[in-house]
Amino acid sequence: MAGASEHVSPRAVIEGRGLSKRFGGVLALDRVDASIRAGEVLAVVGENGAGKSTLMKILAGVQGPDEGTLLVDGEAVRLRSVRDAQRRGIALVHQELNLAENLDVAANIVLGREPRRLGVLDRRKATRLAEEALAKVGLRVPSHTPVATLGVGARQLVEIAKALSANARVLILDEPTASLSKAETDRLLALLAELKRRGTAIVLISHRLDEVLRIADRIVVLRDGTIRGELDRDNATREAIVSLMVGRSVPAVSRGNVSLGAARLSLRGVRTEAHPHASVDLEVRAGEVVGIAGLVGSGRTELLETLFGVRRAVAGEVAIEGRPLPKGSPRAAARRGVALVPEDRAHHGLFLPDPVRRNFSMATLSRLARFGVVSTSRERSLADRLARELQLRPPDHARAAGTLSGGNQQKVVLGRWIATAPKVLLLDEPTRGVDVGARAEIHAIVRRLAADGAAVLFASSELDEVLSLADRIVCLREGEVTGELVATEASEESLMRLMTAERAA
Amino acid sequence: MKKAIGILILMLAIAAFTALAAEGFLSAYNLENLCRRTALFGILAVGAGIVIMAGGIDLSTGSVVCLAGCLLPWLLVSQEWSAPAAVGMVIACGIAIGLFHGVLVSWGRLQPFLVTLCGLLFYRGVARGFTEDQTQGFRGGFEELRTLATGRIPVPGLTDLEAFEGASAFAIPAPVVSLLAIALLAAFLLRFTVWGRWLLATGRNPQAAAYSGIPVKWVTLSAFVLGATLSAYGGMLFVLDIGSAQPADFGNFYELYAIAAAVLGGCSLRGGEGSVVGIVVGAALMQVLRNAITLVEWIPDNLEYAVIGAVILVGVLADELVRRFAGRRRATSATPTIANSS
Repeated sequence: MAGASEHVSPRAVIEGRGLSKRFGGVLALDRVDASIRAGEVLAVVGENGAGKSTLMKILAGVQGPDEGTLLVDGEAVRLRSVRDAQRRGIALVHQELNLAENLDVAANIVLGREPRRLGVLDRRKATRLAEEALAKVGLRVPSHTPVATLGVGARQLVEIAKALSANARVLILDEPTASLSKAETDRLLALLAELKRRGTAIVLISHRLDEVLRIADRIVVLRDGTIRGELDRDNATREAIVSLMVGRSVPAVSRGNVSLGAARLSLRGVRTEAHPHASVDLEVRAGEVVGIAGLVGSGRTELLETLFGVRRAVAGEVAIEGRPLPKGSPRAAARRGVALVPEDRAHHGLFLPDPVRRNFSMATLSRLARFGVVSTSRERSLADRLARELQLRPPDHARAAGTLSGGNQQKVVLGRWIATAPKVLLLDEPTRGVDVGARAEIHAIVRRLAADGAAVLFASSELDEVLSLADRIVCLREGEVTGELVATEASEESLMRLMTAERAA
Repeated sequence: MKKAIGILILMLAIAAFTALAAEGFLSAYNLENLCRRTALFGILAVGAGIVIMAGGIDLSTGSVVCLAGCLLPWLLVSQEWSAPAAVGMVIACGIAIGLFHGVLVSWGRLQPFLVTLCGLLFYRGVARGFTEDQTQGFRGGFEELRTLATGRIPVPGLTDLEAFEGASAFAIPAPVVSLLAIALLAAFLLRFTVWGRWLLATGRNPQAAAYSGIPVKWVTLSAFVLGATLSAYGGMLFVLDIGSAQPADFGNFYELYAIAAAVLGGCSLRGGEGSVVGIVVGAALMQVLRNAITLVEWIPDNLEYAVIGAVILVGVLADELVRRFAGRRRATSATPTIANSS
């Protein structure tokens, strides 16, 4: 990365001047100036709802600005669509990857620009183009591999290969490492550094400040739709960024005095469909927060979903307060006081077009009802209480859940289960795609629930989250518990060793 | 609700056009018939709508109408069952068919389209089989039972009692009472009860519903049971109204009328959306349209399906355009739109 600045050309590849965008009554972007030069990595950071996504969408041609001009190579343009932006060399790699899972890698890479000969798909050329692109990103899989069989990290690389293959000069990445393991993240960051050396302009949107500090040449901090500061790599520190981003004090997670009660959740010889060879024994007591640390593919999600009954356990027993749960029934689990905040909130958590209020009440409708008729006044007061407790922003629970930022959407799913006063709270990636401020708030809420007597079991791919939130940490590798540590005695290194440990050979 | 008003305006426009273009549209006889047909089809449409709101589809409506329509006179006349027993049997058949569909969809994990497509063929085949394709009728009997469909409820001021015998004045047709009761009950259940919320949530996002502890399979089952039961009840009223049923074509295409009414009335085929009021107005619109085609002389009757198809398409298209326009005005940054906008 050293010496890279010599390749930075003085003129901007894309430049936005005075970009504004309004959604209803909310000014999402307020006269923002931004420019990016070839061979430069520009990081855009900010809390959810700060305007990052809007800025990114305007740069990538997904939406047009209400005001302001966009210049590509110094020439004012109006991007009419994503395709139009692609023709000008601007490619967006979206957080939720947009690959056709049913097609193979090559077909995805040439998707929309399939090489043709006499109107018929030229497979040989498609394969060649795909293999060139795969070589550029250093992904060693055959181009005829179905995308469905690839992991998240590999898919991310395919997405980037697709962009490069379309001759992208500007690569806009939205939270590219959100679901990657540490090794995959390192590999991706190295690739970005390499692309930058070859003259690609990179716009990186990320919540992970350590990554931003590692590879960004410039860091732009957005808050409430305006630029609050721009930092060069030489004068950027974590503290400086956070104070610009948050503008309010971030409550530190306090463990307080943990007083543990009786065992609330116990697993005996639980085998999941994903890893039927591995059996898990585990106990979580009232008031305790246990973190599951594991790489992608370690079976974290599968384990939590099996506990909640979304998936059927192959064998073993899950007991709540000593009484076994019926297998494969989320309803039975919920009725016994188990709650699951799933990893994929858009698909498994929220009813996006429905008001926040209805999302809040979804798991407690029977309690809000008399003779099967839902009391809307009780529903409203529940929503009022939750919006206040969770510091929902905006606090308006009549809004559609889909209009909220990621952090607030996560609070809505969490709120639905808080309403049930759960005995056992399961969380899968509790702060995925959630900004620093909301993340601290969510952590504080989880600690408070534990202090009130809930048994909490959560899984996270972010080691600092596991270390700061959990009392006790369980490391998972290929479905098997490879070690257990008290959080105060654990470090990222010791966890990583257990997560990647070879099974006793 | 907004949608119901839009459809209502469209219906009134077509009614106004027909009133001007054809004599007899505004006659008491015609309006009463229109109400009767709207009520009969409305009952089917409410059933279809409930299934659609739950995220499913029921293609078997017309064949269930046929089965119920043939079964009732067959039981009464050929088998000499008592009226309550025969009616009970028809309703029980509807419930059983719904259970069958629901179990196959919920526990068999088959697609509703396929399950009910097979139903569409199967129930008509059964009806033609046990009747040996012979027309089933009441042979002039069972007048009391038939008033459920043929009855006329006088309206003070509108129904001149003198003219009643000659059927020249307006009276409320009995099926309207059935429809009102069914529509009010359905609207109440969908809007105000836990079950209604569960049903709409299941239609909106079945995965999120399951992850919220909602008994998704049972909710889906209940929707199919209601759909098929209303089809059977509707079929029964149809045959009571007409007096006989010919197994080969009784109720043909009725599922499409029902689905079209539900969609016109605001049900999204993606599930999770719809209003009972809208569905009833949608059913009325379909009948006004058919009536217009019959009455207006310069529209050839042969074009019936073409005209109906075109009007539904225009209605759905207009709705989509309005939705897109409104959506653009209050578009939000939080909704990812990448996939659709490229």
